[in-house]
Amino acid sequence: MRITQGTFSFLPELTDAQIRKQLEYSLANGWALAIEYTDDPHPRNTYWEMFGMPMFDIRDAAGIMGEIASCRKIFPRHYIKVNAFDATRGRESLRLSFLVNRPPQEPGFALVREEGPGRAVRYTTRAYACDRPEGERY
Amino acid sequence: MNATVTEQKRAKTGSERYRAGVLKYAQMGYWQPDYVPAATDVLALFRITPQEGVEPEEAAAAVAGESSTATWTVVWTDRLTACERYRAKAYRVDPVPGSPGQYFAYIAYDLDLFEPGSIANLTASIIGNVFGFKPLKALRLEDMRFPSAYVKTFSGPPTGIVVERERLDKFGRPLLGATIKPKLGLSGRNYGRVVYEALKGGLDFTKDDENINSQPFMHWRDRFLYCMEAVNRAQAASGEVKGHYLNVTAGTLEDMYERAEFARDLGSVIVMIDLVIGYTAIQSMSRWARRNDMILHLHRAGHSTYTRQKSHGVSFRVISKWMRLAGVDHIHAGTVVGKLEGDPNSVQGFYNVLREPHNAVDLQRGLFFEQDWAGLHGVLPVASGGIHAGQMHQLLHYLGEDTILQFGGGTIGHPMGIAAGATANRVALEAMVLARNEGRDIWNEGPQILAAAARECAPLRAALDVWGEVTFNYASTDTPDFVPTPQVA
Repeated sequence: MRITQGTFSFLPELTDAQIRKQLEYSLANGWALAIEYTDDPHPRNTYWEMFGMPMFDIRDAAGIMGEIASCRKIFPRHYIKVNAFDATRGRESLRLSFLVNRPPQEPGFALVREEGPGRAVRYTTRAYACDRPEGERY
Repeated sequence: MNATVTEQKRAKTGSERYRAGVLKYAQMGYWQPDYVPAATDVLALFRITPQEGVEPEEAAAAVAGESSTATWTVVWTDRLTACERYRAKAYRVDPVPGSPGQYFAYIAYDLDLFEPGSIANLTASIIGNVFGFKPLKALRLEDMRFPSAYVKTFSGPPTGIVVERERLDKFGRPLLGATIKPKLGLSGRNYGRVVYEALKGGLDFTKDDENINSQPFMHWRDRFLYCMEAVNRAQAASGEVKGHYLNVTAGTLEDMYERAEFARDLGSVIVMIDLVIGYTAIQSMSRWARRNDMILHLHRAGHSTYTRQKSHGVSFRVISKWMRLAGVDHIHAGTVVGKLEGDPNSVQGFYNVLREPHNAVDLQRGLFFEQDWAGLHGVLPVASGGIHAGQMHQLLHYLGEDTILQFGGGTIGHPMGIAAGATANRVALEAMVLARNEGRDIWNEGPQILAAAARECAPLRAALDVWGEVTFNYASTDTPDFVPTPQVA
């Protein structure tokens, strides 16, 4: 399977040239870029590991591309995403968030059902990869 | 102007004002051309069409009177009150550009006329009796301005656009949805199949239609159970958070609470209600949604009975303002390009009212007043009805990013199946956002951008082949009337 989190997951993997244009767009809007990685892709895993601090002061795309390259080098088989953060009043949240790296094999998720009374079912989504400890999953 | 007419427009004072009998509304003090609205006043703009022989100022005064303190004759008991304060004041009347016999009447209401936090109370005054008033041929409420002091008495949307995106972990693009079709007749089991296919194929949400509640072919509990199976399966198949708007509309509020609680207990992220349940029921469901961390979707069922005709009724921009105060997270607000009524400027006006922290005066989009939303969350506007993947560049251009694009027929009617229909829409959307962010001119290059994306995506190719040329080009009935002011180039 292919996990489709992130703004552009239904398109072919973005090339570095395409990623760079999205970074330039974000910087032009005054947003701060940040890189996060994980090997637990559960849809409700909100807190991926931060690859350093959000880069509030790096205002050129080349610098960000360098950070993406370092992250990929250290975590070649992890999910890596770029977040663009907008600190404007009333938003103060992400404006863009897209994957720039994914594992070569994505085994996907099991749906665990716990049957309850009145035909109600409690559902749990479990990533097959998470059967193994962090760092050994992909 | 002759002396009698002038006299009829002047407010009487003292004992002359309270002598038993009938006075003109202007004479009773409801026409005050010198009045300067206070920052704390509630303001309303009405389009009035007076009967033959009724002066526009008197008609405006009558609207002010009948929507505040007046009755048809003088009553001495006014003098037991701070009546001059409680009287609404018509303070300005302008002819409507290009519409002879119609006038825009501006009316100011003191804040104390309204109960805090009650749309029912607000509307009982503003649209209570006055729309049937005989001296007017027709009356339309075009716009309102709410002072911050009043806005702050409402809790507003229980979730809001920002928090909804954070909960769903979806940023940077419009959300995608579809209404399950046929909207009536499917069994719960078959209905859930459509939900599963559409979500698995790439939609973020699917939706019950406005009139799917609990009918002989599908009871509500059955629908909820099958839909949640579908939602969870699609979530596991994609790794994304998904949802289905479970419509909890019912005959009583008690039934609605029961259904909403069941939806919550099954793990749904969202429930849905219809506008026809009424303002108080909407506010109650908003409170419930806030207490239970649920997104609240509102379908505007019934609105066109009073929003569509320009001469009489209530503009949808006013309904949008009321619903932002009442507190819903989603509301259907038009598509511009789809099958339902929607002039581009008017629809953008609705969207701005729903989403922006502050609205400036924007006559071109029908916004007559400045409105500060005082920190109230934004409502996510939903574009639904006769839209398809081939219009993606137009939809993104007109409606922007914070919206939900709902392709019902455009998903379920796809020649390769429902999941393929969903994929076509998602690929078209992501390709268009990517291109826009890259600085491309999507308005003009849209068709080429879609064609390029379709080369990599057979479902999108098929969608463009079937629907690429479908348009709904009819003249809108509800358009803003304004005189363009010359712009500095």
